[in-house]
Amino acid sequence: MSPAARKWLPPLFALAVLTAPFTGWMPPYWITLFNYIGLSSLVALGLVLLTGVGGMTSFGQAAFVGFGAYTSAVLTLDYGISPWLTLPVSLLVTALGALLIGAVTVRLSGHYLPLGTIAWGIALFYVFGNSSTLGAHDGLSGVPPLRVGTHALIDPREYFVVVWIAVVLIIVATRNLLDSRIGRAIRALRRGAVAAESFGVNAPRAKLIVFVYSAVLAGLAGWLYAHFQRSVSPGAFGVNTGIEYLIMAVIGGAGRIYGAILGAASVTILKDQLQNILPWIIGSTGNYETIVFGAILVLVLETAPSGLWPVIAGAPPPPKLPQAPEAGLAQRAKPLVGTPLLQVNAARKTFGGLIAVNDVTFDVAAGEILGLIGPNGAGKSTTFDLLTCVTPLTSGTIAFCGQRLPGERPQDVAALGISRTFQHVHLAPDMSVIENVALGAHLRGSAGTLRAFAHLERQEEAALLTNAKRQLERVGLGEQALALAGSLSLGQLRLVEIARALCLDPTLLLLDEPAAGLRVGEKKELAGLLRELRREGVSVLLVEHDMDFVMNLADRLVVLDFGHKIAQGAPKDVRNDPRVLEAYLGGVA
Amino acid sequence: MDSTIVLFLVQDAVINGAIYALVAIALVLVFAVTRVILVPQGEFVAFAGLTVAALEAGRVPPTLWLLVALGCLAAISSIAWHWREMDAARFVKVIASTIIVPLVLIAVTKFIAPMKLGLAANTILTLLLVVPMGPLIYRIAFEPLAEASVLVLLIASFGVHLSLVGLGLAFFGPEGVRTAALSDASYTAGALIITGQSIVVIAVTFVLLAALALFFGFTLTGKALRACASNRLGARLVGIPTSVAGQVAFGMAALIGAVSGILITPITAIYYDSGFLIGLKGFVAAIVGGLASYMITALAAFGVGLVESFSSFWWSTYKEVLVFTIILPVLVWRSLRSSHLEDEE
Repeated sequence: MSPAARKWLPPLFALAVLTAPFTGWMPPYWITLFNYIGLSSLVALGLVLLTGVGGMTSFGQAAFVGFGAYTSAVLTLDYGISPWLTLPVSLLVTALGALLIGAVTVRLSGHYLPLGTIAWGIALFYVFGNSSTLGAHDGLSGVPPLRVGTHALIDPREYFVVVWIAVVLIIVATRNLLDSRIGRAIRALRRGAVAAESFGVNAPRAKLIVFVYSAVLAGLAGWLYAHFQRSVSPGAFGVNTGIEYLIMAVIGGAGRIYGAILGAASVTILKDQLQNILPWIIGSTGNYETIVFGAILVLVLETAPSGLWPVIAGAPPPPKLPQAPEAGLAQRAKPLVGTPLLQVNAARKTFGGLIAVNDVTFDVAAGEILGLIGPNGAGKSTTFDLLTCVTPLTSGTIAFCGQRLPGERPQDVAALGISRTFQHVHLAPDMSVIENVALGAHLRGSAGTLRAFAHLERQEEAALLTNAKRQLERVGLGEQALALAGSLSLGQLRLVEIARALCLDPTLLLLDEPAAGLRVGEKKELAGLLRELRREGVSVLLVEHDMDFVMNLADRLVVLDFGHKIAQGAPKDVRNDPRVLEAYLGGVA
Repeated sequence: MDSTIVLFLVQDAVINGAIYALVAIALVLVFAVTRVILVPQGEFVAFAGLTVAALEAGRVPPTLWLLVALGCLAAISSIAWHWREMDAARFVKVIASTIIVPLVLIAVTKFIAPMKLGLAANTILTLLLVVPMGPLIYRIAFEPLAEASVLVLLIASFGVHLSLVGLGLAFFGPEGVRTAALSDASYTAGALIITGQSIVVIAVTFVLLAALALFFGFTLTGKALRACASNRLGARLVGIPTSVAGQVAFGMAALIGAVSGILITPITAIYYDSGFLIGLKGFVAAIVGGLASYMITALAAFGVGLVESFSSFWWSTYKEVLVFTIILPVLVWRSLRSSHLEDEE
């Protein structure tokens, strides 16, 4: 497909959809069905973001639909407020509800979260059904329709336009959000939060943003539902409906925006048609549609485990690379070369009875490459985790630029200008290389969620991506920018991690075995790059097993063994230190 | 509320807790080995109860036809997914396990059912009819999905649940059943009457839990299942077929579910769709136990039973709400305790 077609196809398609009911070709029955599909699409879209992108499974979305629906129903019926005015209130109430529930539940990890959502889903359903203000089990009826001037939008064809305009707007907003700095952070979280947090992403907050956003979409669907159905009763907001929304999102292709629409349409039409066709085939009425529905669900998942949309549309298109100057990204002022930068004083870390790091003291000066070496199990990676506050110190102090790090969170360390790579690569394999790298520049942008919805932060985003591209070129992977990170070799992934760390514009760079898996030529280039960084005033703390690499590169070495510092000094002195020889070779012969 | 009522409620809690514990342990077992959260676990409970009731009445239980239907589906599924490597020997094996076994069971059941042989025979026959459903369901729905994510497996699990509940209605009808007590004995301790039924429930639960502990601790199959649970790839590399492990796990889940069904049907009326809520409460216990520890899971199941029986006494409209909301603090506590930096999936 040509780029021009790609650009014009979605708006043309949207226009065709919005005018479809007025052509006379669409039977009224299908118009109503598509109104319900539109409503479900909104909820499923929220779940695509929450479950497919954010990795949080929720069975409770139906309850948020109830928040939106009941809020508007009560306000219009009991207080006579215009439905248009209740829209912001409905969304606000849903958002507040989600904020309260989310503050507790998004902390739940792994399998606790789905159960948590079932729990409050069931609880809220019973609250809806037993509260007399909300009409208890009978619900509320006689909800006024939406009006334009004096004209009431009762005709399903007119309501169709309202519903699908909402869907189109939400698709645009969701796409914009995903293709932004915040969206990148959210997408990086699914495969574990360590890397994202090390580059300044506030993981619980990012999760809460997704949670509230998906709830607000459900609330919007609820508001539309209340004024379309004109009555509200608890049956529509139970856990079974919540499960159905999740089925829609997964069948469509969790993680894909149009998958939500496809999933909502497939499930709604399938259920509806089974109810019409099965009695006609089997000849008797019964509950046969659930049997067939369940069977089809399993069969679809067996043939297309990642959902229907990827089967139709293939892999998601790679992001577009902007052509923009790097201007606009503030550079960090580097401290004077030679001044003390990092001071580790009697740092100790114990795991139960094991002392992984035993009162280790060393310092790094600005513009210096310090090698941290030692046999396996010496405590090098634990020291890295202490420096980046991934694990808290048991005792001792670490100071950076004269300021003590009091066991802060990894994202605060990143803000100070310390960036790192990981011994075991932490990259999102299903994101492109450039997006993985751009995550490193997270703290250098400031645009928030609201600006991302409307894509008002394009200039900043372009600067971030251009910077990411430049860092990739620096490590020699400019060509691979649009490839999926999962398709690269291990050595290349280590270089990607270095590029990501450089995006932070670090004062201190912590590299954990960067040369492992690199070929000889690549190692030479990496050494050249690190020397260049040193000239620019960046300090490097390097853990490495390749002795030639470290000896030729490092200004000084610190040697650890079983958690103790056993030597430090210039490479040539350390090389001849008897304790070092003993640690590495098991005693001097 | 006096002490008699408290004791009565506690007894109720212990009995229900025992059933939830069995269901929970089946869920933990299946999840550990296959990563499937077995939503249809409750269906084994309900179907077993309905089968015993039919046998008690001297009727041929409709479970038979359900078993035949599942067998045919499993045959189709096995042949379709393994078409390339299908040879005569394998074909015979597939047909024997999916078609012949159910047919033999039909013959046996049709012969025995009208004879009303009593509790022991009914129990054995029910187990024979319900337990094979476990491996058959695994072969139909989950074996082709062995590499899928936990989320996809969960949705497939809901698909199986929906189908089974629909089939349950079609085969068993909408009427609820209640079977005769497993024991008519009753003892008095002070003001409290302890029924033989509750003693049987507790005893069977303990025996089953002990048997499971022995199975996992001392048999090769049990150890192989544990190996699959802790590392699927590693288990495959040392020659443990994960598909067989999955079938064994599902078979054991069906066995545990069937036993729970036989135990609970004399206490509460069981309908074709009663399984879901029982399964959900077992799931609550399983999650509180962290989907890992059998001991804590059993304790948690007892806790669920306690909350349920006391809240149904004080605030019966909100009984289910309480059971499910009271776990929220537990969940928060558990997830705060576990490292929040772990990789998910």
